[in-house]
Order: sequence, then structure tokens, then C-alpha cells
Amino acid sequence: MGAHHHGPAKGLSRWLFTTNHKDIGTMYLWFSFSMFILGGAFAMITRAELFQPGMQLINPAFFNQMTTLHGLIMVFGAIMPSFVGLANWMIPMMIGAPDMALPRMNNWSFWILPPAFLILASTLFMEGGAPNFGWTFYAPLSTTYAPPSVTYFIFSIHVLGLSSIMGSINIIATVMNMRAPGMTYMKMPLFVWTWLITAFLLVAVMPVLAGAVTMMLMDIHFGTSFFSAAGGGDPVLFQHIFWFFGHPEVYIIILPAFGVVSQIIPAFARKPLFGYDSMVYATAAIAFLSFVVWAHHMYTVGMPVAGELFFMYATMLIAVPTGVKVFNWVTTMWRGSMTFETPMLFCIGFLVLFTIGGFTGLMLSIAPADFQYHDSYFVVAHFHYVMVAGAVFSMSAAVYYWLPKWCGRMYNEAMGKTHFWISFVGFNIAFFPQHFVGLAGMPRRIPDYALQFADFNMISSIGAFIYGASQILFLYNVVATIVAGKPTSDAKTWEGAEGLEWTVATPAPYHTFETPPQVR
Amino acid sequence: MTSQSSTEYEKYYVPEKSKLAVCATIGLILSTFGAANVMNDMTFGDGASTGSWGIFWFGLFFFSATLFGWFRIAIKENIAGLNSAQLKKTYVLGMFWFIFSEVMFFMTFFGALFYVRTLAGPWLGGEGEGGRMNHLLWEGFQFQWPMALTPQEAVGGVASQPIANMGTFQSYEQSMAFSEAAAWYLWLPMWNTLVLLSSSFTVHVAHMGLLDGNKRKFNLWLGITVALGLTFVGLQVLEYYEAYAHFGLTLNSGIYGSTFFMLTGFHGVHVIMGTMMLLIQWLRSVKGGHFTADDHFGFEASSWYWHFVDVVWVFLFLFVYIL
Repeated sequence: MGAHHHGPAKGLSRWLFTTNHKDIGTMYLWFSFSMFILGGAFAMITRAELFQPGMQLINPAFFNQMTTLHGLIMVFGAIMPSFVGLANWMIPMMIGAPDMALPRMNNWSFWILPPAFLILASTLFMEGGAPNFGWTFYAPLSTTYAPPSVTYFIFSIHVLGLSSIMGSINIIATVMNMRAPGMTYMKMPLFVWTWLITAFLLVAVMPVLAGAVTMMLMDIHFGTSFFSAAGGGDPVLFQHIFWFFGHPEVYIIILPAFGVVSQIIPAFARKPLFGYDSMVYATAAIAFLSFVVWAHHMYTVGMPVAGELFFMYATMLIAVPTGVKVFNWVTTMWRGSMTFETPMLFCIGFLVLFTIGGFTGLMLSIAPADFQYHDSYFVVAHFHYVMVAGAVFSMSAAVYYWLPKWCGRMYNEAMGKTHFWISFVGFNIAFFPQHFVGLAGMPRRIPDYALQFADFNMISSIGAFIYGASQILFLYNVVATIVAGKPTSDAKTWEGAEGLEWTVATPAPYHTFETPPQVR
Repeated sequence: MTSQSSTEYEKYYVPEKSKLAVCATIGLILSTFGAANVMNDMTFGDGASTGSWGIFWFGLFFFSATLFGWFRIAIKENIAGLNSAQLKKTYVLGMFWFIFSEVMFFMTFFGALFYVRTLAGPWLGGEGEGGRMNHLLWEGFQFQWPMALTPQEAVGGVASQPIANMGTFQSYEQSMAFSEAAAWYLWLPMWNTLVLLSSSFTVHVAHMGLLDGNKRKFNLWLGITVALGLTFVGLQVLEYYEAYAHFGLTLNSGIYGSTFFMLTGFHGVHVIMGTMMLLIQWLRSVKGGHFTADDHFGFEASSWYWHFVDVVWVFLFLFVYIL
């Protein structure tokens, strides 16, 4: 390792054998986008079936496989890897590190993902069909009544859990060990902070998910009775273990999104982030609380009243640190010299729609009320407001914000804004009516429904198609930028942007910060 | 803050491009895909062999060989002096958080055990608010731990069981609990505990020897530790043999058998991994002359892992065998 600067290798081996955090970040981002398209296609199929009451296009068994794979692929294949890709690209550049702490393991974390999802997707062509038990794979649907392909599902979960654990250990080691001199913890960009806390959550709960699917595997193939009452086990045990993983998991998805928004809003408000310290503490508080609220997903399962009350109050507490964050973002914009480029539009869209999703979450946290909302389309509306308008909107914002730094070319602003407005309008047409049908009693995960829900479902489907189509525009804009965008060499793409990533050349050289910068 | 200027900065070693990750991926994916095939052939198949075992073993071999090569390269890089103090701290952090993830994995199975023993079990047996279904579904089932009679048996076997299930759950004749042991000196778990606790002590003595620069002491006590680890595995095999051959205690023995075998089984797998790690460190020291008083992270990480499996055993001993 002399002082020679070396660029990327040529051809396919660059990507297969790379140890470069930017290459690996790029692969994560493209992989997650392709999974986003695949998961989105499955969603389009379900929405097409739900366009009208009655069975038109697909049979109920296939519908169940579509909803299951849509959820699994979006959560594990699209959203999570997209933020890992962003972490790979940005964290070393934000803290002044030469690369991720463990570069070869970094490459391994990525490369086990595509074959794991290939195995998962291939279950569609297996005898008995793909997993059909919902992304939450509750026992006994996923054990006693599961199709044989469940075994492949279990092993793919194992593999992508391994990928997440290795990726998180890498991020923790990078952030704790590789900050440039002077980059104290409380000077770190918020995106780094939120990812550090997210990585702790991942290391803590991915093994729990591995334990849950291992118990399923043993019940299915080796005669144990973890989730079978006949042998003294309990199907509800599955739900407890799953949600002990699953609730921190939703914060694993949203915390990096918080980080992105906390980077972008100050840049376009041309003001430092309001309440930096409280943002850090709020993130930590949300992470802590995520471990003690899991059973709010299972109020109707028959818990003792003391349990319902504990989980209800603990869940409501989360609104406090989340409120701190929302108010800090709003206050950052207050009297700022605001401009509304595409990343900012997506962040404001995030702020408004995520807050709606947060409030419906608060409604769902009320145990007695939840008996009415449980497993209805109200829940579907709620978590799409936080998953799509939360995580996916912030991811779109991040791509527009950092794309010029990544490839040295400027995206088409008009097309970016069009993408935002079509997404925003399409999203709300798709999901806002689902609040109403949910409150009126339409259950989730069904291919057919009562006639009184027909109008809203048709509106919902039209909105979903609009939102889906707008992602094609996104893809086009990104590809057009990379291939033929207007070249830019400004180190700082955005006037108000702060941070070490804006001090390096544009496009970012293959290796950055080989000697650490001095941070003051 | 200005004390560390960039000129004195010791470069963080970023390896050149490497085939390790892709090879490890091939091995891992083939072995898991093969394992899934084997299990589905066993449970859902018609008994026809599809060569799944071949895929599994090839993948596992390929994976192990890759890991072997990977660690070999990492060791060579350290010997070549590529590892700065900062990189060594990365390894420390990596190992710490890896062990933390393992702790959470065991917590899952302990959590399942506690949940069944304190909540779900009594409810199944008709106690408390959750017990109202007992007379409809599992009439006659009374909860006790260890579970001498499964709910299925309580209602008269699988034929008269009211709801679908995944098979026949036949309770054991004798459990592994201390209360059912013939005599204390015949009770294997106690001997296992003695073996494993003393191995944690011997690995510490070995570490002390290494810190003093006494390689003879290090090699001796590390060798003893490996021998104790192998003894533990042997005793555990004996215990499983006893369970299946004489106690009627199997994976099918309801939730007691499930939790017993999964907790002790995963612990056993971790002991085997830990023993292999320590054995490799022993070979590195004896054959390769590796490790000095101030550079021995391979050993140190393995010893942390060993202490971790020891602590897990203490909890196992308490909650699976005694209480």
C-alpha cells in the first residue's frame, strides 16, 4: 500500500471483488432499487385485483403470495439495503474515514443478499407456491399450514439476517473507531448518529429473528412444539418473538430516514439544524423504547390487562421523542431562507405525511380502540404513511441530494420536481382512502371485499398505479443523470449544505480521506 | 486536537480487491440451499434422493475452506505489519458486537423458555385469565415443569386432539432435571458444569502466561482448555445418547424436549466452535510460534468467545437443569 492512487478495476471484477465503500454502496443502492421495482410490481398486482370487488385477475392463494412477497421484499430487500447503501457511501465521507472499517466483510454483506432474494423469489415457481402467510409469518400459518417453500423462505431470512448483522457491526466499528481527529460524537452529522443507533438495534434484534425462524424450522421438520399447543408450546409465543424483532425493525427502517431529513432540511433552509443535541437524545430514546413496546402489535391476541396497559402507555411515550424531532425540523425551517429543490420537496413531503402516519400510529396505540382497527385497512394506511412517505420519500430525497456528488452530474430539476409531485399526489390518492375503508371495517390481506368499499378501493388502486408509474420517471431521471446529466464540478452542490462530504471533489474520487481531515 | 497532524497518522489498511467475499457467498448460499433441499426432501418429499446432500456438503466445504483462507490472509497481514493500532481496535469492536449478537440469539431461546414456563404453560393448564380454553381444547391437561404429559396426551393422543398439529408429541419417561437424577454423582450436567467452569479458569491462566511472555505456560494451559472443551462435547454426546436411548427424551417430547434440546444443542454447537477456535490458536502457537505478550488478538477473541459460552452454560445449568 504505497502512496499510489488507484482507481477502480475494469470490468465485472470491479464489482465482484471490490472492497471500496463507494462501489459497495452503489451496488446496495441499485440492488435495493431493483427490489423496489419487483416488490412494487407485486403491489400493483394486488391493487389491480382490488380495483373492483369480486375475483378478476388472480386467485386468492396467489393474492396471498403477492401480499407476502410484497411485504418481505419491500422491508428486507428494498428499504433496508437502500439505507445500508447510503450508509456505505456517506458515513466514511461524513466522518473523514478512508473506507468502512472492515472492507472485505462489507463486500460479503452485500453479495449474500442477491442470491438470498433469488431463492426467496424462486419460491413463486415451487410446488405449493410461494410463502402465503403475510410478511409477519405468524405460526401456525407459517408452520402447520405452510407450503413446502417455507423452508427456502427460512433460510433466505437467515442469510439476509447475517448480512444485516455483518453490515451493522461494520457500521458500528466505522463510526466508533474511524472518525477523523476532532470529530467528537456530538459533532457527527445526524445521519451518522441515526445509523449508529440503527446498527445497535440491528445487532440486537436480527439474532432474535434468526431464533424465531429457527424455531419454525424445527417445528416444521424436526418435531419440536414451540408454536404448537398440542406439545405445550404456544402460537402466541411466535408473535411475541417476532414483534420483539419487528418493532425495533420499523425503527431500523425509519431512523436512517430521520437522519437523511436532518441533513437535507438545514441545507435548504440555510440554517443549522435546530436542537442538534435533542435530536441525538430523541433518537436514542426512540431506540430504547422500541424494545419495550412490541406487544402493541398484538392487543387482540388475548394478553392480560396489565400487559395491554403497559404496552399502551409505553407506546404512547414514543410520541414524545418523535414529536421533539418533528418540531426540531419545523423550527429549523422557521425563518430560514428556504428554497424548494427536489430533495427539499421530498423532505417536506416526508414531514407532513410521516406526521400523519405518526398520528394514526398514536390512534392505534390505544388498546381499546385498536380492537376496532386491528388488521383493518387502517393499519395498512398507517404503516404505508410511515414506510413509503417516511422511508421511501427520504430515500428519494437522499438520492437527489447526493447524486451530483456521487456522479459529478446534475439531475434534471424539472423532472425531479415532477417525480415528487406525481409521487406525492399518487401516494395520497392510494393510501388516504384506506383510512376510511379501514375504519369502516375492511380487513387487510383479502382479495375480495364487500360492495360498500368499492369506490374507495378503485380510487386507491388508481393512486397506486400513479405512484408506481412515477418511480419509472425516477429511474429514468437517475439513469439520464448518470449517462448524460449536466457535468458539475462544484465541491458544494447546494449552497447551504454542510459536512465533510462537501469538502471533497465532485464527483467524489474513488478514495477519499486517505489521510484524515482535521475537524474543528 | 492539533497534536495528531496528518503526517504522523498511521494509515488504516484498506485491502485491495479480494475474491474472499464472493467465494464465501458461493459456499454459504450452496450450503443453505442444500440444507433446505435436504429438509424438504425429508419432510415433504417422496424419499427420492435429489443429490441435496451433495450440494450441502460441497457448499459447507467450500465455505469452510474460504473462511480458513480468509483468516490466514488476515493473520499474514498482521504479521506483515499492515495492521495499525486503529485497525486492531476495529477487530476488538467487531468481536465484541459479534458476541453481543450471539447473546441476543440465546436470549430468544431463554425468552421462549421463560414465556412457556411462567405464562403460556399455566394458561394451557387452565390457570388464570388465559386458562378459559382449557376445558374446551385440552381438558385434563395440568401444567407442571418438566412437562411429564403433553396436552396432546392429556386429551388421549393425536386422534382425539381437537385442532390440527404438526405431529405426535410424546412425553419423556425421565427428564434431565436434577430432581429426577438417580444420584448426584451420576448426574452428567453437574460434571459438565465442572468441566466447563474449570476450562474458563484454565484459559485465563493461559492468558496470564502469555501476558508474562511465558509461552510454555500458555501452550500447556491452552492445551488443557482444549482438552476440557472436547471432554464437555463428549459428555454432551453421552447425555444426548442417554436421553434418546434410555430417557425417552427427544425433540418430539413436547415443549420440554424442544427447549431442552434447542438450548443445550445450540450451546453445544457454540462449544464446538469455541473449541475449534481455541485449538487453532493452540496450533498457531505451538506449530507457528504465533502470539507475543502484546499482540495476540486471535487468542484473546477466542478466549472471550469461550467465556461467553461458559456464561451461557451457567444460565442453562440454572434454568434448564436445576430450577
